[in-house]
Amino acid sequence: MAKVTIDGIEIEVADGTTILQAARQIGGEIVPPAMCYYSTLKNSGGKCRACLVKVAAGSAKDPRPMPKLVPSCITTVQDGMVVENITNPTVLETRKGVVEFLLLNHPLDCPICDQAGECDLQNFAYNHGVSKTRYEEERRTFEQHDIGDKIKLHMNRCILCYRCTYVADQLTDNRVHGVLNRGDHAEISTYIEKAIDNEFSGNMIDVCPVGALTDKTFRFKQRVWFTKPLDAHRDCPKCSGKVVLWTKGNDVLRVTARKDQYNEVKEFICNECRYDHKDMNDWVIEGPRHIERGSVISQNHYEKIDLVKLKADVERQLKFQEGKRLNEANNTPA
Amino acid sequence: MQSLSGRSKVVVKKEMTLAERMYLPAILGGVMITLRHFFKRKTTIKYPEKKREFSAIWRGHHVLKRDEKGAERCTACGLCAVSCPAEAITMTSGERKKGEEHLYREEKYAVTYEINMLRCIFCGLCEEACPKEAIFLTDRLVSTDYGRDGFIYGKDKLVEPVDKRIDVTKRQTPAVLEFKKHKEFSHNK
Repeated sequence: MAKVTIDGIEIEVADGTTILQAARQIGGEIVPPAMCYYSTLKNSGGKCRACLVKVAAGSAKDPRPMPKLVPSCITTVQDGMVVENITNPTVLETRKGVVEFLLLNHPLDCPICDQAGECDLQNFAYNHGVSKTRYEEERRTFEQHDIGDKIKLHMNRCILCYRCTYVADQLTDNRVHGVLNRGDHAEISTYIEKAIDNEFSGNMIDVCPVGALTDKTFRFKQRVWFTKPLDAHRDCPKCSGKVVLWTKGNDVLRVTARKDQYNEVKEFICNECRYDHKDMNDWVIEGPRHIERGSVISQNHYEKIDLVKLKADVERQLKFQEGKRLNEANNTPA
Repeated sequence: MQSLSGRSKVVVKKEMTLAERMYLPAILGGVMITLRHFFKRKTTIKYPEKKREFSAIWRGHHVLKRDEKGAERCTACGLCAVSCPAEAITMTSGERKKGEEHLYREEKYAVTYEINMLRCIFCGLCEEACPKEAIFLTDRLVSTDYGRDGFIYGKDKLVEPVDKRIDVTKRQTPAVLEFKKHKEFSHNK
């Protein structure tokens, strides 16, 4: 076991836990944002630099601070480590820089993009970025591709998080897509646009943090915030069958896997559930999907309030507020 | 007993004079008020012959703008509809096909776009929400009617004709006009 302090909150975690996972065990505001790390995909993380944190003391044995900011998603904790996330102004300043880098070549076509409203990059840029760009050069552009007949690839929007290639590696048996070329020219591709017909290939839509991989059956159908998300399940021999239906009236517009509070899918679903059952009668509806209050999707969205859960949540928040110690630099708005 | 609020008035029964009993002061007072209004500036105008001046930022009949090349600016992003407090705006979107680049500016466009003018409260939030400078409220009036059917304005009434553009430059703030001068921003290309 290792004892770590993250933003003044102490927690004991198992050896080999990363800083990000330790922060997630505490929860709340101190969790670093993550764009490329995905808890259910092995080896993911360490690419986007969104989760950089300051390690103020390396360990109990060697309490020197680490010289540079470290990516929290792939740095394992050590006993006596002291981590600063939102209490360190350098971290917050660096995060603005990371947003700027991620958006260098991003087309900012949110009004067109189907991911808008549930996009990690949108949230990340909104919470941590600045609203202006200093980039004046032409943005890098690619042609749009079809990956199979159900997935559309907009390479322009890609931030090269490699999550989809890990899906191809780890969930599907025949890997047929990966990242080609290097540096600025790197792009996700399949060999000669070979169709991906694995049973779980559709999950790369869900793991994509941006709108680079989108569902063609939902393409331009409706904005996400005008649809009504419902929890539903069905008996599926291939997968757990637990999904979210995005509906409008009695029409099922889109089926996705269930994402947790960090927008990560714990139980992947098969392509049959995702594409072939767009009928309310195929599903057992459990009730409205829980949507975070701050999300644009929550407008006009009603769900049953679980009073016990709400009370526990309020208590947890209060406890967090008490334990929160922020230094002066962060209390004044930057 | 003394009143608590101190606002009560003691009513005195006063004998009225003969003139007062004939309502003469009251009638004369009324006539004076009427006479005074003959010489005051009139608050109404004779409408169809004379029209009032519109404010530069008058919020009337909406317009869906086209760009310099005549392509529709609207991409059906739905931000106007989500910001609309009266929920007057509905739309469906479609994908632009090859060869339609001169009709629609972006790869997605509004196949239908409807504003229910009976619901609309002309608050201008749609104009504020629009990221593409597509929708503007103009100084045109929405005409009245006896029926309700004609008040759902579709694209035929909202999109400006290519040969008869509607000027909205008066509505743009100095900050917007300054921003538009910078051609290096991809937004202005």
